[in-house]
Amino acid sequence: MSTVIKPEQTPDWRAFPDARGHFGPYGGRFVSETLMEPLLELQEAYQRYLQDPQFLDELDRDLVHYVGRPSPLYLAERLTRELGGARVYLKREDLNHTGAHKVNNTIGQALLAKRMGKTRIIAETGAGQHGVATATVAARLGLECVVYMGAEDIQRQAPNVYRMRLLGARVVPVTSGSRTLKDALNEAMRDWVTHVDNTFYIIGTVAGPHPYPAMVRDFQAIIGREAREQYQAAEGRLPDALVACVGGGSNAIGLFHPFLADEGVAMYGVEAAGDGIDTGRHSAPLCAGKPGVLHGNRTYLMEDEDGQIIETHSVSAGLDYPGVGPEHAWLKDVGRVQYVPITDREAMEAFHRLTRTEGIIPALESSHAIAYGLKLAPTLDPAQGIIINLSGRGDKDINTVARLEGIEL
Amino acid sequence: MSRIAARFEALKARGRKALIPYITAGDPEPGNTVPLMHEMVTAGADIIELGVPFSDPMADGPVIQQACERALKHRTSLRKVLEMVREFRRDNIETPVVLMGYLNPVEIMGYETLAEDAARAGVDGVLTVDLPPEESAELAGALKRHGIDPIFLLAPTSHEGRIRSVSEVAAGFVYYVSLKGVTGAATLDVDAVAEKLALIRRQTALPVGVGFGIGDAEAAAKVSRIADAVVVGSVLVKRIAANVDDPAAGRREVAQVLADMRRAMDQATTTTPA
Repeated sequence: MSTVIKPEQTPDWRAFPDARGHFGPYGGRFVSETLMEPLLELQEAYQRYLQDPQFLDELDRDLVHYVGRPSPLYLAERLTRELGGARVYLKREDLNHTGAHKVNNTIGQALLAKRMGKTRIIAETGAGQHGVATATVAARLGLECVVYMGAEDIQRQAPNVYRMRLLGARVVPVTSGSRTLKDALNEAMRDWVTHVDNTFYIIGTVAGPHPYPAMVRDFQAIIGREAREQYQAAEGRLPDALVACVGGGSNAIGLFHPFLADEGVAMYGVEAAGDGIDTGRHSAPLCAGKPGVLHGNRTYLMEDEDGQIIETHSVSAGLDYPGVGPEHAWLKDVGRVQYVPITDREAMEAFHRLTRTEGIIPALESSHAIAYGLKLAPTLDPAQGIIINLSGRGDKDINTVARLEGIEL
Repeated sequence: MSRIAARFEALKARGRKALIPYITAGDPEPGNTVPLMHEMVTAGADIIELGVPFSDPMADGPVIQQACERALKHRTSLRKVLEMVREFRRDNIETPVVLMGYLNPVEIMGYETLAEDAARAGVDGVLTVDLPPEESAELAGALKRHGIDPIFLLAPTSHEGRIRSVSEVAAGFVYYVSLKGVTGAATLDVDAVAEKLALIRRQTALPVGVGFGIGDAEAAAKVSRIADAVVVGSVLVKRIAANVDDPAAGRREVAQVLADMRRAMDQATTTTPA
């Protein structure tokens, strides 16, 4: 199944996916027949509005005045000094409205929903960041909003649940399966198939059936476009490496995609190794899974030898997912991006280190990227530089962190 | 001629419509499945749809989701399901068996291995819910090479072009999903179904089965007037769920529901012009 592309055949990265949503052997549209027509309709609408100057203007305006873009590219000077290696830049997606990169995508999809005449928005959420970002744009556009969230995650992310409810969304606890993000996605799909006439499903990551992986990537690619310009303005060259955490992989692909053709830029996607890859209790399908089909696309999955999806573990709810976006699966196979594991413990250490060194509290998801950056930077030369995507802020995680450290808030 | 095609021809000759019960294999435990298959045949089933349990059954409502969870507690894998079919075939060589499930267990086994092993076990059709015709060429090809019919779904949202592309790859019969929703959802609208069936019949000569939302004998009878086959699942699985501690009682209740449907369908098709 794997397509190995030799160096002399470097692909045109922008040409992917193909018309049916394939990234090499990955991606595609694996859904029941009822959803095929709605997906084709969505693809058609998306392609049309992507060429529509009015749509793009409205999107740009919202990104500037509502989200607060461009987000800064911040040189973490104290951290850089401590690490004694490459200059460490942080792409500050945590400073976006709602506190994470997720809103870049929900703004885009909600504008599309409005244009398509849909009156009801549904979404799945793990950590709650995508749910909050969806509830936020739904409130602003006056659309009904239902968010599916695993019962387990509702426990872990209480502040975000309340935030969604404040914004007028109905948060539906999902009690099937492992009661986490994958089950929330199943339930959102079931809702969509039932209310397909008036409902727009805003998927929060670069997974799901075509056109979602491409569409979400395109909305998130603003991260990499800005970072590329900002880094060049600051350093007069391109960065040597990019680092981002990968659950489904939307913040990572958003940062990576505009740099894919820049051969000198190394890329590291950081997966959640939970208690450690060898314990089996992790959420790292690219590091330790195998290809399969789930949630509408072919990609790497955490599964047993019978093809059943297995329960995943990560301290970070946003990375606790057994699949990964199909473009990442393909970028792994062709060797363009290295996918590396970071354990819960390493992520927690990075969480504290960044907080104490730079006065920035990172989300536990982003802490995985920071943790890898802490390992990578000292191996590079002080003349070199890396960008770590700080995909979200950590306020939502303080209860989790306190609990793990035996502190009652 | 495939066992499925032969069964539809025989039914047509007798002016009868096919009754196709769905059960999840291994529910509530693996030993229940083969006896239940035989009892369903006795109660009037013409074709059996055997569900292959999957951890993430996205197209199914809570009834079948929970059936999958019960079956997976006993690790009812695709291989085990094939063993069940082999066992069923020791005493029944006439009743077609269709596997219904999701693609991932098939991906892991490999298309060619599945097609070969399923054919050897006596499987007649395979329906993978999350495999639309666009992605199906490889699996459908492997199945056909081994004499197995690839069964496909059609839905209320399927326009003419999609109906055509499904009819080009499908064999055995096509399965019309009567409503927008998951299995075991609301009740279907017979008039809307009839209208869509007319459109489908213009595109394909294959028999058309109708399922999703057929909850009692009356609904089965109504659908039997317009479709070639009536597919029922959640209403049966509920009987199994209500008797998890006494699977034999569950089997008797399933057989009773089917026998009532059989009677109502046969009355409907003999008293009303089709």
